[in-house]
Amino acid sequence: MEVYRVLIAKPGLDGHDRGAKFIARALRDAGFEVIYTGIRRTPNEIAASAVQEDVAAVGLSSMSGAHARLFPAVLASLRQAGAADIPVLGGGIIPAEDITLLQEAGICSVFTPGTPAQAIIKAFKDACQQQHQHRN
Amino acid sequence: MSSLQPAQLVEQLHRGDPRSVARAISLVEDQSDVGASIMQGLDQQRLDEALTVGITGPPGAGKSTLTGALIHHLRQQKIRVGIIAVDPSSPLTHGALLGDRIRMMDHALDQDVVVRSMATRGRLGGVCAAAGAAMRIMAASGCRVILVETVGIGQSEMDIASLADITVLVLAPGFGDEIQAMKAGILEVVDLLVINKADMPGAQKLLFDLGKGLRASDQVLQTCASEKQGTADLLTRLLSLEKMLRQEQKLQQRRLCSLRQETVDWSLELFKKRLTALVHAQHCTGIDPRVAAEQLLNRVIPG
Amino acid sequence: MSKKDPSLQGWQDNELARTLARFPERKDKFTCHGGRTVERLALPEEVDQEYLDKLGFPGRYPYTRGVQPTMYRGRFWTMRQYAGFSTAAASNERYRYLLEQGQTGLSVAFDLPTQIGYDSDDPMSLGEVGKVGVAIDTLADMETLFDQIPLDKISTSMTINSPAMVLLAMYIVVAEKQGVSADQIQGTIQNDILKEYVARGTYIFPPQPSLRLITNIFQWCSTNAPKFNTISISGYHIREAGSTAAQEVAFTLANGLTYVQTALDAGLALDDFTPRLAFFFNASSNLLEEVAKFRAARRLWAKLMKERFQAKKPATMMLRFHTQTAGNTLTAQQVDNNIIRVTLQALAAVLGGTQSLHTNSRDEALSLPTEASVRTALRTQQVIAHESGVADTVDPLAGSWYVEQLTDAVEQEAMQLIERVDEFGGVVACIENGFIAGQIEDAAYQYQQEIESGERVIVGVNEFQVDEDVEVPVMRIDPAVEDEQVHQLKQVKAERDQEAGQQCLSDLETAARSESANLMEPVLNAVRCYCSLGEICNVLRGVFGEYRGRAW
Repeated sequence: MEVYRVLIAKPGLDGHDRGAKFIARALRDAGFEVIYTGIRRTPNEIAASAVQEDVAAVGLSSMSGAHARLFPAVLASLRQAGAADIPVLGGGIIPAEDITLLQEAGICSVFTPGTPAQAIIKAFKDACQQQHQHRN
Repeated sequence: MSSLQPAQLVEQLHRGDPRSVARAISLVEDQSDVGASIMQGLDQQRLDEALTVGITGPPGAGKSTLTGALIHHLRQQKIRVGIIAVDPSSPLTHGALLGDRIRMMDHALDQDVVVRSMATRGRLGGVCAAAGAAMRIMAASGCRVILVETVGIGQSEMDIASLADITVLVLAPGFGDEIQAMKAGILEVVDLLVINKADMPGAQKLLFDLGKGLRASDQVLQTCASEKQGTADLLTRLLSLEKMLRQEQKLQQRRLCSLRQETVDWSLELFKKRLTALVHAQHCTGIDPRVAAEQLLNRVIPG
Repeated sequence: MSKKDPSLQGWQDNELARTLARFPERKDKFTCHGGRTVERLALPEEVDQEYLDKLGFPGRYPYTRGVQPTMYRGRFWTMRQYAGFSTAAASNERYRYLLEQGQTGLSVAFDLPTQIGYDSDDPMSLGEVGKVGVAIDTLADMETLFDQIPLDKISTSMTINSPAMVLLAMYIVVAEKQGVSADQIQGTIQNDILKEYVARGTYIFPPQPSLRLITNIFQWCSTNAPKFNTISISGYHIREAGSTAAQEVAFTLANGLTYVQTALDAGLALDDFTPRLAFFFNASSNLLEEVAKFRAARRLWAKLMKERFQAKKPATMMLRFHTQTAGNTLTAQQVDNNIIRVTLQALAAVLGGTQSLHTNSRDEALSLPTEASVRTALRTQQVIAHESGVADTVDPLAGSWYVEQLTDAVEQEAMQLIERVDEFGGVVACIENGFIAGQIEDAAYQYQQEIESGERVIVGVNEFQVDEDVEVPVMRIDPAVEDEQVHQLKQVKAERDQEAGQQCLSDLETAARSESANLMEPVLNAVRCYCSLGEICNVLRGVFGEYRGRAW
């Protein structure tokens, strides 16, 4: 059986990690190995951790409105670390027009408050599956 | 990163490339077919030179903080260090939450601090095998010291910790685990006992209570890891213990012992995979399981 | 005993008479449509001992029915809306507009870099400058923020915790420059670090030095700024992180007890600082449970202060609190439904006897609120105050079997949790060993699972959904704000007296290293020299170290 490893990270300075922790637990309960970075991580720290832990996907959470700058910054850090193939998903308080912008920038899924956990888990599963196919 | 040939991967991990180190660990942990050829290609001299330290103790004793302090001191001496943080998997879902990195994020950007979180994946001895392999991959990538951290003081945690060259047990006042530790006879198998949070009330009593079970008075150290008090001493002790073990040829003996154990663990892991397939392929003949097992075993390893 | 009970008479002759003499009620006569009189305080037929022990009279121990004898018949709660965004100049403009509209108090929201002690040009601040509040780097920003706002006339609430001392010092120096001395300033700093470790996350230093900073502030203000509330002990964020109502009460009061004990250990006298302790709670949607929660919190705090610290002065035992409606209940789906949620929650806060209230805006699950939705949020409070009639009588739900039973239950459950925290070695130990955070996380997870399974219905989210294609206008902060703020900071740093600044910082370091020194004066000096928030906090980081969060 294949085990998916994912990194859940909070870039930026906001300390509201209720959502991030819920998703981490929900993913664990769905059989993922979840590495949680804690709050206040820089894009470079997140990319370095994703590489070291050899995760199949990265999930970002931001509630302060800094997503427009920080999510793409994580993508850039991953590219720089030679890990552009690791898919990045994001969630938080994100207005509709930003969702399109983030997706254009390369974030593969964006979740807003109220998205059912099952939908988020499925998105992670799909992303991990693709990544595993790519790497093997 | 698309798939690489094992030889290429090994070459890159010998250069310390973070992605290759991480991929190699996954490939071995996931029992990929290329696992054996990766392990075979590792630089033996680096494996010989590295020191591995197992750190275990009950939740809340401050292991991650202590590990963080050790990393700090090692990095001050420009020593490249690897950390394997083991957490349990859920027996029901096989998922796991691995949160020990939080305490080590000070070093997240330091390429010479290689951190790997590892879940037990509910395997019998399997995590020992995976952790042992990860230790060697880290060593081959140039880590001079590798710390393996496990939570708890049960048998499996001790098994993982004792894979390492030196085993450290961390306790703190106020958790009531000292009795459990003494009952389990753990003090007899650990090299060093660290009383962390030594500034808290109850530390002296804990020290006194444990004193009876110790082999020698210098087997115990007091630290206050959050203040980095006593942690530099701990590192000095670890390194001098290593020197002594090497001089007395004991390190070799210990490693031989661990390798044997890991071989058994790996065998069980790999056998289980094939065995399961084999048993499921056979028609159920209604034969008693105990008898069937004996027959199977005799086919593989004639007794 | 009957209604002519001597204790009732005593209350009427003392607490009530004194209050009425000083603060007349809003109206001479409160009536329903048609002329029926609204009673000030409805009482049971028999005022017996059990009633006196559990409920008593408003403005009298155990304060279950409220902290003032006439409550909102005297004066409505303060309608205090939290605001602040982008630069000091932009926020100043908003504040002056609000004050022109008759608002008497300000509530300042700082951006996250300010709350965590980073300057706007720090790499950690990337993307966060001016986002959730106003960016303050040096005294110059604070001067702009309060330009033409008379600090002797208004009260200012500042949501600032770990670097509260620095922001308070800046506020004091701005007042000084206006010719207003520290003993004239009024307001509140949140200054509640303990809940940051378990819920909100804007910590900088480890718990012990953080507690020292708080005690230093208590000490300095009790002599120099006696009208300033030096702490707002906050359950709000504990609840937002997913706790239950009883956990909110328990962990908030446990934090309060820790602050009191720490201050006493530092040699402060109980009655000198406790009257300046304020609380801050969440109002969620379960109306009756929330009302019971506020009543239980008041009674339990009074008991704890009396029993554990032998408090005698009423002001020391009274739990006064600000309330904000529950941000976590707002949904991004069908945003207008949020107005109804906020109404229920605000009603709970008023029925529970809050001293001030912030009502959230309908669009806050999407972004910072627009001006239009902030106005609706304020109108919600005004409708409750002026139209609903619930403010015309004191503690209207008292005596409801269900509400009283629930009040007892919340109090009991909270007390049991406080005792468990005590057993585990107190709040600081429970931050480290994860007991408090673990309790909150488990409750949050369970709640969310109930929503996921459909067992708990959230209107518009897991039932009664519609296909929405409505454009909701959202409030945006111009990304150029960050560059502008960084530019201004560079200018201030270039123009100040460098040598004097360096001297102040090195004096601060020396004081920080001496555990008995009070850091308020050295921080005031550094602020006067335009040392930045980041520079000051970095000196303290060097001495105190940084808190890293618990492994999870």
